[in-house]
Amino acid sequence: MRGEGNAILPLRLEAVGFDAGGQDLLRDVSLELAGVGVSAVMGPNGAGKSLLLRIAHGLLTPTRGTVRWLGPLGGDAALSRARQAMVFQRPVLLRRTARANVQYALAVRGVGRRERRRRAEEALGRFGLEALGERSARVLSGGEQQRLALARAWALRPEVLFMDEPTSALDPAAVKAVENAVREFVAEGTRVVFSTHDLGQARRLADDVVFLAGGRVRERAPMQRFFEQPVTREAADFVRGELVVV
Amino acid sequence: METPDNAFQAALALIVSLDPTLWGIIELSLRVSLMAVAVSCLAALPLGAAVALWQFPGRGLIITLLNALMGLPPVVAGLMVYLMLSRAGPLGELGLLFTPTAMVIAQSVLVTPIIAALTRQVIEELWTHYREQLQSFGVRRLRAIPTLLYDARFSLVTVVLAGFGRASAEVGAVLTVGGNIEGVTRVMTTSIALETHKGNLPLALGLGVILLLLVAVVNGAAYWIGETARRRLG
Repeated sequence: MRGEGNAILPLRLEAVGFDAGGQDLLRDVSLELAGVGVSAVMGPNGAGKSLLLRIAHGLLTPTRGTVRWLGPLGGDAALSRARQAMVFQRPVLLRRTARANVQYALAVRGVGRRERRRRAEEALGRFGLEALGERSARVLSGGEQQRLALARAWALRPEVLFMDEPTSALDPAAVKAVENAVREFVAEGTRVVFSTHDLGQARRLADDVVFLAGGRVRERAPMQRFFEQPVTREAADFVRGELVVV
Repeated sequence: METPDNAFQAALALIVSLDPTLWGIIELSLRVSLMAVAVSCLAALPLGAAVALWQFPGRGLIITLLNALMGLPPVVAGLMVYLMLSRAGPLGELGLLFTPTAMVIAQSVLVTPIIAALTRQVIEELWTHYREQLQSFGVRRLRAIPTLLYDARFSLVTVVLAGFGRASAEVGAVLTVGGNIEGVTRVMTTSIALETHKGNLPLALGLGVILLLLVAVVNGAAYWIGETARRRLG
């Protein structure tokens, strides 16, 4: 987290699998996320991107394998949770004002009232939402809602931020605003992991790519190399914009 | 045969006459039913939310039971409370039988399952939307209950109104435990029943019109407040 170094990172997934209804949705995923930077989890629809993020964040328990935070505080479940945040494809905002949404997340983390108010103002300002603070979160536009979800996550000062297809429902201007918002996190040293099937977005934001197809990690490479020299046939098809059939 | 005209005239005459006995009856009706709804909310809102959020053995049974109790006959609820409060009953010492308090208790027994069962439905649906985000914040279920109840507040207004409708409309429970004692436990519905028995149909219908108006006003007010807030908050 901001200027304090890593407390829970690196994150290690070992032989992680996930079954649901007799279907093997994720298989044999071993992955380590360390240090700083931005990872894009890519792959066709149904590849298991969202599932992987939810398992990494601890929203779902894998049916096989282990998820461990290896940093000094990583052994404490509550502490590790407190140092992560997640932004969803469709922002989940509470039925109250934009400001109150940010303050709620802080209150849950046990932040005192004055500090909540200060940090909410700071977050809204940082993401260009100060004028909307008193508006009800539910009446904001899609792009504003997603930015508010990011501001709320930012106020929590996470060491790791997960984002599941954060811009898939937005128009280009809103996508740009959200991508700039992501850079705010990176500037503060937050480790960002996001899923997308937008090749351009991965190029713009990511340092490295985790490529999934058919519930398996097919490739893990620095962004440039992934796009220029994909190793597997599936990744090559995907990068060329062709349908990936596993 | 009485015509509706007579009933409306009777109702109008009753209202215009500002008859203190009538106002006493109206006031007691409102007081008992609103109190019963308030007491029920205290128990039923958290209960409904808890059943929505927790998975436990016998959960299906509790949901079925709550749903079934929505159809509990008022006179049976009254009888149960009567047995509890009668001199020989376990709470007989309190001397509550044939008092407004007994009526509040009886109506609470009727209304609590309604509010609990409907709250369970509303909160369960909201929880499916909120679950991942709240878990991501590190919100435990116990902490999620007030959050969900607050965020479902517009739907819950309708739920509470359903409870109020039940309380203000029933006659069996208040009659059984209240006894329709003039000036003490006589409410709108028991008066209507009494006047009907006496053959005083215009008066009975007139009282019925007033009761309908009362319920309409309470519902209208709640709806208006709810819609205004909903429009503002989305």
